[in-house]
Amino acid sequence: MSIELLLAAALVSATPILYAALGQLLIEKAGVLNLSIEGAMLVGAVSGFVVTSVSGSMVVGLIGAVLAGGAFNAAFAFCVVTLRLNQVVTGLAFSILGGGLSAFIGQAFVGKALAAQMPDLHIPLLADLPFLGPVIFKQDPLVLLAFVLVGVMALFLSRTRPGLLLRTLGESPQTLDALGIPVIGLRYLYSILGGGLIALGGAYLSVVDTPTWVENMTAGRGWIALAVVIFASWRPGWVMVGSVLFGLVDAYRFRAQASGQAFIDPHFLNMLPYVATLVVLIAMSRPGLKARLRPPAALGLPYDRERR
Amino acid sequence: MSPFRSRWTARVMAAAVAFAAASPALAADDIKAAFIYVGPRADNGWTFRHDEARKCLEKEGIPTSYVESITEGPDVARVERDFISQGYNVIFATAFGHQPFTQQVAKQNPNVHFFVIGPGIAPAPNIQTYYGKLWDGRYLTGIVAGKMTKTNKIGFVAAHPKPSVLAGINAFTQGVKSVNPKAEVNVVWTLSWFDPPAEKQAAVALVEAGNDVIAQHQDTGSAAQGATEKGAFAIGSEADLSGIAGEKVLTGTMWDWCDYYKKAIASVKDGTFKAGDYFGGLDDKIISLAPMSPLVPADVAKLVAEKKQAIIDGKLDYWKGPIKSNDGRVVVPEGQTMGLTDVQKTNWLIEGVNGTVGKK
Repeated sequence: MSIELLLAAALVSATPILYAALGQLLIEKAGVLNLSIEGAMLVGAVSGFVVTSVSGSMVVGLIGAVLAGGAFNAAFAFCVVTLRLNQVVTGLAFSILGGGLSAFIGQAFVGKALAAQMPDLHIPLLADLPFLGPVIFKQDPLVLLAFVLVGVMALFLSRTRPGLLLRTLGESPQTLDALGIPVIGLRYLYSILGGGLIALGGAYLSVVDTPTWVENMTAGRGWIALAVVIFASWRPGWVMVGSVLFGLVDAYRFRAQASGQAFIDPHFLNMLPYVATLVVLIAMSRPGLKARLRPPAALGLPYDRERR
Repeated sequence: MSPFRSRWTARVMAAAVAFAAASPALAADDIKAAFIYVGPRADNGWTFRHDEARKCLEKEGIPTSYVESITEGPDVARVERDFISQGYNVIFATAFGHQPFTQQVAKQNPNVHFFVIGPGIAPAPNIQTYYGKLWDGRYLTGIVAGKMTKTNKIGFVAAHPKPSVLAGINAFTQGVKSVNPKAEVNVVWTLSWFDPPAEKQAAVALVEAGNDVIAQHQDTGSAAQGATEKGAFAIGSEADLSGIAGEKVLTGTMWDWCDYYKKAIASVKDGTFKAGDYFGGLDDKIISLAPMSPLVPADVAKLVAEKKQAIIDGKLDYWKGPIKSNDGRVVVPEGQTMGLTDVQKTNWLIEGVNGTVGKK
């Protein structure tokens, strides 16, 4: 079993989770609990596939997916931000809605092939590096973009003024309101941006990784992304670690079998992200770690100026 | 309308109903067929193939209807009763687990004919259970894989170590060995019928380990995509996968229910309906092969056609002993063979397969 190939495969497995988890991070940092993630991923997967096959261009297809995911989450935001509906119930309803909607839209596209295929990057000098070349720089561009986004998001959150405002939005929206900054507008903005990223994760599956559309093709990856964000306690760097760990497990389980090594029950491995999430949740409840690992204080609370 | 006239109309109708109920065989116009699908039609696999066959009946002028995604639970009975109340008199239920619920409804509706995926575990005089010898198709695709491999390593991406899957892998391996005794078959279990990215990962892992032909028993075509993307050949399952993975898909096994469904309707019409198990195969096309890729040499395609005919004619029985399992047990002694029921109970992998039957 080659370590380089294992890592390369792990990054491909991690990519859709990473996009979805980064999108989820944005939405939850804004104080909106988003349980519609699996549905938004499916909407992204189907619209990415449909737009790519109609337009013939992957780039157009991926943009279409981002727009569709943004629109889907705008509708979700209308329910939970404007109408202030219960975020848990509404989120689950949107998740199921997204599954049904994607199946409905995709009916005519099942079993069709895409004409275009995403070429792998081949950055001249970097691709020839001994170890990093095949692992990172000979992948398709979306893999690299996902990891670049992690850095961008970490810097944005910790070093910029809008990032500070975003963190405050999830911790204490009334403070922003007192400063005259529109809480509702910003929550819409981040819901839409996050929805776009989540949809891009879904479209990565249907357009780049396994270019085909079948109903429910994300097969639970949205929920894993949700778990990864909690595991990372809403920090981009740890979101990356969580996604890559998932990717490693996913890539390793088949390689272990194919090379005749130990048979590890995939059911057991599939359970691991959730076990890790529970461990972090328990850790969060300990006094020493509470301050560092806790979720945004206003997460899940609708903002109502009249009720303070 | 006068009261007399309406009473007269009612009498005529009552007579007509009585006549219809009394007639033993139904006229063509009276057959209405309803389908209960276990999954979505859009799965490009199992349910998709059943729906294609339903369209065959529509072309014959038989009115049909269907309900999708009815899992193996009590909903089956509710949906069947609903269809019957709408006048449907032939019902196809497309999952093995639909049987117990269908049995309840069948006993209450003796005039309706039921066809359910077998083998039968919940019989009734008006239920026929149907299934196919998928392994015969796998044997033939094994011949293609054995001829096309250069590394003598063939991968197999499989969902769950259940009897029908294991029997398929064993038959496939026998097909491989019949033309290429040096080749080995490496199995990777995904433990999921449906997880496209994972199926692809499994295929890619097998290619990286040196396998150059990848077969599969999964509900989607993602393993074939992974194999062909990495430069290997693929062998499909369920549907024709060349549409999504190109001409490197050499062939594959396919379910084709069209002829069987036509026959089933005909048997209801002419009163030759038989309750009990129906086992289709290569002969009645329930098991068929996806079109051969142009990359398969003509002599290989010809050999496959010959072996297919030999199986249909009963001249080739590859389940004949001696057969050893891959952990060294003799499972079929010299001079014996495996019957249909033995094959359906397969819980071992044949010699020449690298892999284990996962422990539960």
